[in-house]
Amino acid sequence: MTDRNGATPLLEMRGINTHYGAVHILKDVELAIYPGELVCLLGGNASGKSTTLKTLLGMVTPTTGDVVLDGEVVNGKPTSYLVERGVTMVPENRRLFKRLSVKENLELGAYLRTDRDGIQRDLERVYSMFPRVYERLSQKSGTLSGGEQQMVAMGRALMSNPRVLLMDEPSMGLAPALVQTNFELIEQIHQEGVAIFMVEQNANMALSIADRGWVLQTGRVVLDDTADALMANPELRASYLGEA
Amino acid sequence: MSATMEPTSDLLGARGPLDQDWRKVINYGLLTALVLMFISLANMPVGLDSRKIIEPLLSMGYISLLWVPAALGYAVTSEKVLEGMVAHKKGARELVAGLIVGLIGGGGLGLLIVLIDNFDLRDPLVNWSPQLLALLTFDEGIGYGVGFWLMAGAALGLFGGAAHVVSATVRKVVAAAILWILAFSVFETVISDISEGIQLEWLADELYYVRGGLSQQGAVGVAVVGILFALFGREHVREAKQSFQSLEGEKRTRANAIMLGSCVVATIVLPMVLGRITNELLANVGLFVLLALGLNIVVGLAGILDLGYVAFFAVGGYTTAILTSSNRGESWPDWMPHTHWFVALIVVVVFAALSGLFIGAPVIRMRGDYLAIVTLGFGEIIRLLFLSDWLGGFTGGAQGVTNIPGVDLGFVEVKGTDPRAIFYLVAVFCAFAIYVSWRLEKSRIGRAWMAIREDESVAEAMGINTVNAKLLAFVVGAVLAAFSGAIFAAKVGSVFPTSFIILVSIVILVVVIVGGMGNIYGVIAGAAVLIGVLGGPKQPGLLAEFSEFKLLIYGALLIWMMLKRPEGLVPNVRRSRELHQEEFLQDAWLKGHVDTDDQDELGDEGGVAPA
Ligand SMILES: Nc1ncnc2c1ncn2[C@@H]1O[C@H](COP(=O)(O)OP(=O)(O)OP(=O)(O)O)[C@@H](O)[C@H]1O
Ligand SMILES: [Mg+2]
Repeated sequence: MTDRNGATPLLEMRGINTHYGAVHILKDVELAIYPGELVCLLGGNASGKSTTLKTLLGMVTPTTGDVVLDGEVVNGKPTSYLVERGVTMVPENRRLFKRLSVKENLELGAYLRTDRDGIQRDLERVYSMFPRVYERLSQKSGTLSGGEQQMVAMGRALMSNPRVLLMDEPSMGLAPALVQTNFELIEQIHQEGVAIFMVEQNANMALSIADRGWVLQTGRVVLDDTADALMANPELRASYLGEA
Repeated sequence: MSATMEPTSDLLGARGPLDQDWRKVINYGLLTALVLMFISLANMPVGLDSRKIIEPLLSMGYISLLWVPAALGYAVTSEKVLEGMVAHKKGARELVAGLIVGLIGGGGLGLLIVLIDNFDLRDPLVNWSPQLLALLTFDEGIGYGVGFWLMAGAALGLFGGAAHVVSATVRKVVAAAILWILAFSVFETVISDISEGIQLEWLADELYYVRGGLSQQGAVGVAVVGILFALFGREHVREAKQSFQSLEGEKRTRANAIMLGSCVVATIVLPMVLGRITNELLANVGLFVLLALGLNIVVGLAGILDLGYVAFFAVGGYTTAILTSSNRGESWPDWMPHTHWFVALIVVVVFAALSGLFIGAPVIRMRGDYLAIVTLGFGEIIRLLFLSDWLGGFTGGAQGVTNIPGVDLGFVEVKGTDPRAIFYLVAVFCAFAIYVSWRLEKSRIGRAWMAIREDESVAEAMGINTVNAKLLAFVVGAVLAAFSGAIFAAKVGSVFPTSFIILVSIVILVVVIVGGMGNIYGVIAGAAVLIGVLGGPKQPGLLAEFSEFKLLIYGALLIWMMLKRPEGLVPNVRRSRELHQEEFLQDAWLKGHVDTDDQDELGDEGGVAPA
């Protein structure tokens, strides 16, 4: 990948191939996320988007290729190693700990941290960002509305004080009206300096806030460009945005 | 439908006596008949006849039949009263339904009497016996028996239905009388024991017959006291409880400390006034509390369904046995010392932890059902290893290890012949286990366990090392079980492979489930009720006559719990909230109250009353 303005990527995939059993899922995937940027990975169902995120976070070990964090090869390292160093995921479908309270969910986000003051500060940051979450601290997270769950999921991820947030289809399962608010929240988090790597099927929305993007097709990166260029790309528009 | 949704709770007039849901009534009636026949053929009436409740009127054997028409006669017309839905006044309809249910049920027993009299099915049904016939007919002939059960069934069904109709006070009085009589009968040994211990022997002599069962004046006395308590005492208890729960902050802490203190004092003082048998019982309960607390960490907190938990109990028992016994397997070299129990205990901890790792490591990567099956296998493998020829020289094979000494404390030797001392020993370990459970639950690792229980892959994504956390749960559980095994060995004085059958695992699991998963008090209560009253896998409980039917009752209890009280006897506030929240929301919706704002209050106050 090209060095942009001489900066090193925060998180990188170099020639990644991932298999589930004998099935080849990710094929020679190259991508790089730089500090503080907002990028997105587009792709249809089963194209390997979630697998990409899991490979980045060390939950799935790639067969060949390297995952690189701050210039250090980290494949084979446990997930906790990456989480400690500022990589955090908001899983697909939010996946809160449904029977635990909102507060407990948030605390679990800070599981690996030991700096009490920092944790408290981040709790307050989450409260001020999502006042609704604060109102429901003792409620069981499984009983929250979809939009509220999304807030808790983001709050939980923020509690690890991440440098890069991996978001798996944040707008999935949200009412259309909420999708917009949701993207605004993502932008807000981004503005606080957190790099965001967002996986989306909702290409229009994603590209409207992203700096750059990739398009994944059956495990292969077929397009890699700036958001504007992708937006204008007739191929993408045709295949992906459903325009003739 | 919409017309009935109006938020009114006015009672409509009673429905006519024949305005029944006939299908339901018939179904309940047939169910009653079926249950009665099943209980009879399971030998409960005959097997339990020797346990008298009121001598000579009533035995447990008859009780095992009598409750059925009453309960189902009540259930047939009981419906959940939802605020805002129309409800009818209760009346003749309920009585008629109960009566019919009971009548059909009694008819079932009558049919059974006729069948037993005319056909011989003893070959497949071992309890198809003259004894059963004699018991059911009171030795007065077939006609008498059939007539009796038709009338008794109808009367009891009517009684069940009447519970809907009579006023709350009447219900309270009757229920109190029945419950108190039953309780005094079940706790007969304990009560006689205590009254002897505190020099009130004359009281026990008044209450009970020499050969067991309440005397008639005793029953009347107990019932009267029960009724008086229900009418005048219960309010005070409830008020005290409420004012205790409304305490906050420092006062609450102090009240809790006082409660804890009195529990400790009771644990110390109670065994002193109790006799051998009751102390023996308490010691058994203690052993199972210890086991259940350990399993509660594994299943209740970390969500790992371990069905081979008995393996660790066995490891503790055998390790202690081999190290302390003078009669261990002959293959041990002479230089291996016979150690003191406490020295053995250190080895037990090490071995238990190792075996926890050894069994845990391969199974921990599996999930759910697979894990359950594999642990079940491991539990059996450990027992079979102890039994095998291969290890027989070390473990004594089927002969086991005998001559295990007690725990020599210098001033006293704690051994099985002194159940009081054993109980104190168990209590110390239980206190330790309670403390550990409590601390772990509140700790970081406790939180990790709960996260894993909820969603393992997300827990991993949060950076929790799920493998290590699960292994730790396994190891902590293993050590607690092994403690129990070590005490068990010292108490019984011998260990055999048959002491560690799979049934032990199942009983402990039932204790945890019935008590309430993830709840320390619940687990203790579960052990007290199940082990203390019904008995453990091999240990008789207060109702020793029930040992034959223990598994049947365990099974029935489990099914009933899963249907009606999935949160266990003593619900964990969180679990009960979660399990009933849906129901509650539906009720609230029916009340027409739920908009988003109301839901807030709901969650914040945790306002769902545990059932
Ligand atoms: N644990 C697994 N074992 C075997 N195959 C898997 C596993 N997880 C995913 N797959 C397969 O890998 C392929 C890519 O899955 P992935 O979850 O990465 O898709 P995705 O792009 O996120 O799809 P979606 O948009 O539907 O979430 C799919 O064909 C899926 O069936
Ligand atoms: Mg996906």
